[in-house]
Amino acid sequence: MSGIRVENLRKTFDNFTAVDDVSFGIEEGELAALLGPSGSGKSTILRIIAGLERPDHGRIYLTSREVTHHSVQERNIGFVFQHYALFKHMTVEKNIAFGLEVQKKSKKEIKAKVDELIDLVKLEGYNNQYPHQLSGGQRQRVALARALAPEPRVLLLDEPFGSLDAKVRKNLAQWIRDLHKRIHVTGVFVTHDQNEAMEISDKIILINRGRVEQIGTPREVYETPATKFVASFVGNVNVVESVISDGSIFINGVSPDITLQMRECDLAPGEVVLLVRPEEISLARAATENNLPGIIRAVHYRGSFYEVEIDVGNNLVKAVIDKEEYKAEEWRAKDPVFVLFGKYKVFDASEGYQQVHSMLKQYGYIE
Amino acid sequence: MSSKIRYKSPRALKPGDITLRSISFVYIGFLIILPIIAVISGMFKGGLANLWKQITLPQALFSLKLTFICALAIVVINVITGTATAWVLVRYKFPLKNLINALVDIPFAIPTVVTGIMLVLLYGPRSSIGTFLNKQGIEVIYAKPGIILALAFVTFPFVVRAVQPVLMEMDKDMEEAARTLGASRFTIFRRVVLPTLLPAILTGTALSFSRALGEFGSVVIVAGNIPFKSQVSSVYIYGEIESANTQGALGTAMVLLVSSLLILIVLNVIQRWSNKYEAHS
Amino acid sequence: MKPTPDPVDIEVITLWDKRVRREKLGKWIIIGLVFLWFAFLVLFPLYGIFREAGEEGLKTIFSSLKTADSIHAFYLTFITTLVAVILNTVFGVIMAIVFARQKFKGKLLLESIVDMPFAISPIVAGFMFVVLFGPEGWIGSWFESMNIKILYAIPGMMIATVFITIPFVAREILPILREFGREEEEAAATLGASRWQAFWRVTLPSIKWGLAYGVTLTIARSIGEFGAVLVVSGSIINMTQTATLRIHDQFMNFNYPGAFSAALVLAVFSFVILLFIQYAYKKKGGPLL
Repeated sequence: MSGIRVENLRKTFDNFTAVDDVSFGIEEGELAALLGPSGSGKSTILRIIAGLERPDHGRIYLTSREVTHHSVQERNIGFVFQHYALFKHMTVEKNIAFGLEVQKKSKKEIKAKVDELIDLVKLEGYNNQYPHQLSGGQRQRVALARALAPEPRVLLLDEPFGSLDAKVRKNLAQWIRDLHKRIHVTGVFVTHDQNEAMEISDKIILINRGRVEQIGTPREVYETPATKFVASFVGNVNVVESVISDGSIFINGVSPDITLQMRECDLAPGEVVLLVRPEEISLARAATENNLPGIIRAVHYRGSFYEVEIDVGNNLVKAVIDKEEYKAEEWRAKDPVFVLFGKYKVFDASEGYQQVHSMLKQYGYIE
Repeated sequence: MSSKIRYKSPRALKPGDITLRSISFVYIGFLIILPIIAVISGMFKGGLANLWKQITLPQALFSLKLTFICALAIVVINVITGTATAWVLVRYKFPLKNLINALVDIPFAIPTVVTGIMLVLLYGPRSSIGTFLNKQGIEVIYAKPGIILALAFVTFPFVVRAVQPVLMEMDKDMEEAARTLGASRFTIFRRVVLPTLLPAILTGTALSFSRALGEFGSVVIVAGNIPFKSQVSSVYIYGEIESANTQGALGTAMVLLVSSLLILIVLNVIQRWSNKYEAHS
Repeated sequence: MKPTPDPVDIEVITLWDKRVRREKLGKWIIIGLVFLWFAFLVLFPLYGIFREAGEEGLKTIFSSLKTADSIHAFYLTFITTLVAVILNTVFGVIMAIVFARQKFKGKLLLESIVDMPFAISPIVAGFMFVVLFGPEGWIGSWFESMNIKILYAIPGMMIATVFITIPFVAREILPILREFGREEEEAAATLGASRWQAFWRVTLPSIKWGLAYGVTLTIARSIGEFGAVLVVSGSIINMTQTATLRIHDQFMNFNYPGAFSAALVLAVFSFVILLFIQYAYKKKGGPLL
């Protein structure tokens, strides 16, 4: 792994272990995603690679050279910050030229490179604009160009999709992918959005609570999740078609005597869908308040956990349970079971369930 | 709800608005505008030619030169010390920091004559330091160094307090970005931090320049009234007033007045310009 | 519990720390320089005056202070400050309300004019009033005919002090009123409150600390006012001499104990005022302390 390699990284803040024995490698020219929920330590890992934080333990290698004790300036990395961190008082041109001026390149070289990059990020004509005159997406592109100008060995991006709205994000994601194909720099980006990670990275590194959960291609991670966390973080959300009426949620196909109480939900009565992640579903043998009756359709063994498919009314729902729980209950196909939704989101589906499904597909919630 | 709430446009005048406005107009008009007009008319009464003559009298000219040179020296001193002090107070932790931060305001609270007295106590002819320096040929009291010292004291807080809030609000992100691009600490300060602080530094500088031009209480005690040596314009004007030479006083007073007004305008311009880069952020 | 670092780690940490230590050295140098300048410029003079107090001895200081002239001087400082504070608080609030809540032509210009006393040298300010109230001045001649003395008398000193301190309260409250309060006042109006009630019970509490801060600054400035009052009053002992004028007068007449003791009192007072300034500043939400 000659692009980026980290070994046994550890970082503690006061009493909190942010990064716990993290090791992974990225090939030269690969674009990898550090994927995980907020607070998982992924940004810290990125900053450690950059040299903005010092690890308590471990090694970092960039293009096969050890840089663990090198200063940020010495590492020759390109870093794109979440909120771009453009130099407000400098034009687009000056921003991009900054790294080259620091390297004391000649004026001619700088001009040529800057023009090349402005071309690359499709910001022709914006040379003399100031950051406050640009849109979010444009600022993002300037940040990218600025980071790439000094021809870094490695490109690091911190939540590049974070501050943008959905449509711009989609375009930007593809665009980063294309750019990366053209430039061939080793790249790592941090994100909590599995859809973008899946869409554009060569390799996904899943981080949870400071630890590596799985490393693999998007397909591997999606089809053969190594842990329960990966399975529920990457992958589909369950879509449960229901109706809101009289302040309660009636699940399609489930007896009207059994409803879910509405929770801080101010949608009008009508058709809705509930989105619930597999790990937010718990199973029980007996009925309790707020759980729903269903029949188990199938149980799949995934190595470190089990995936359970359940028919709840007219909906097929997937839950994940860990080995211990499975052993305790021994769920089998055709068993009656009661499911309890932990967290779920409610979406208005008055346009029709089909519409909702295509919208959710478009936004990447479901395949 | 049966009562109708009448919607009033925000511009509509409420009862008493005119009264309040008139009160303000009268207050400002009587206390500020009237005196200024009186002085300006006095200027024209004596004749512009005479005024120019008064301004260009050798003693008057010298005092003006001295005043402006000292004010400029103060500006240079304050830019460096003020920015450094603000930087240290915002970015670093060190013992007694809170005490020093509080004491930065002392020059605002202490009467200027008291400042003069303090300096004379320390460096005057009856003090040990004063006599020592005099033996070396260095005069502090009744000479330029004393003036500069007094001005530095009374104008110290201006740049510090102008720069501090801007420094506190500054996004550290930009500095980190510059680090990733390979810049040394000094380069980062020079090319990223300083330009961001520039409007605040200029504001503080304009304020201290204005103050230095007009400062009287501390300087009259520390530098006395020695024409052609340590007599600044404010002291010269005082002398002219005491000798009932209104025209003489008017001339130099006009120069100071016009300078102050120009600085006020400059300050306004700086404010507007500094908001340029924040427009859509 | 942090695990003990192994030898490989120690090497890395040491290299990193070495670099950080170099940076830290730079930091301490700058702190040191700033400290030195501050100590030289501010702390040293402060020390000087208190050292002198110790040397003179409290007895001599008190005897200088107990003279009739001295007491009268402090009394004059007190009443001129009082008048300046009262007038500029009332009118300062009025002006701030007018600027914050009303729109009219020339408002921006007027706001800049209110700032003028800041920019004008106190000597020039005093001079303006001498011209205005002098026997040949527009107003002076009018008062002269009525045999009312403005110049070289207490009324003139008060006017000069009021002029000098006009901006403080208004400038402090204006931004607060601009940002807050409009909706609450309208709400109060819809609930039937008269403008006076709305002001007293809604507006005033919201500007409480900004007001306190402005008033404290006004007090500090009034007490310290010198140049304008000197010109306007003639500095006549026991008649038109404030504390600051007395310090100057005594000093010029080589009566050093007299000058010094009054200066000491004002110095101590400024520390007290400084405490109030900081307290009010923090309470109003200022970010610097």
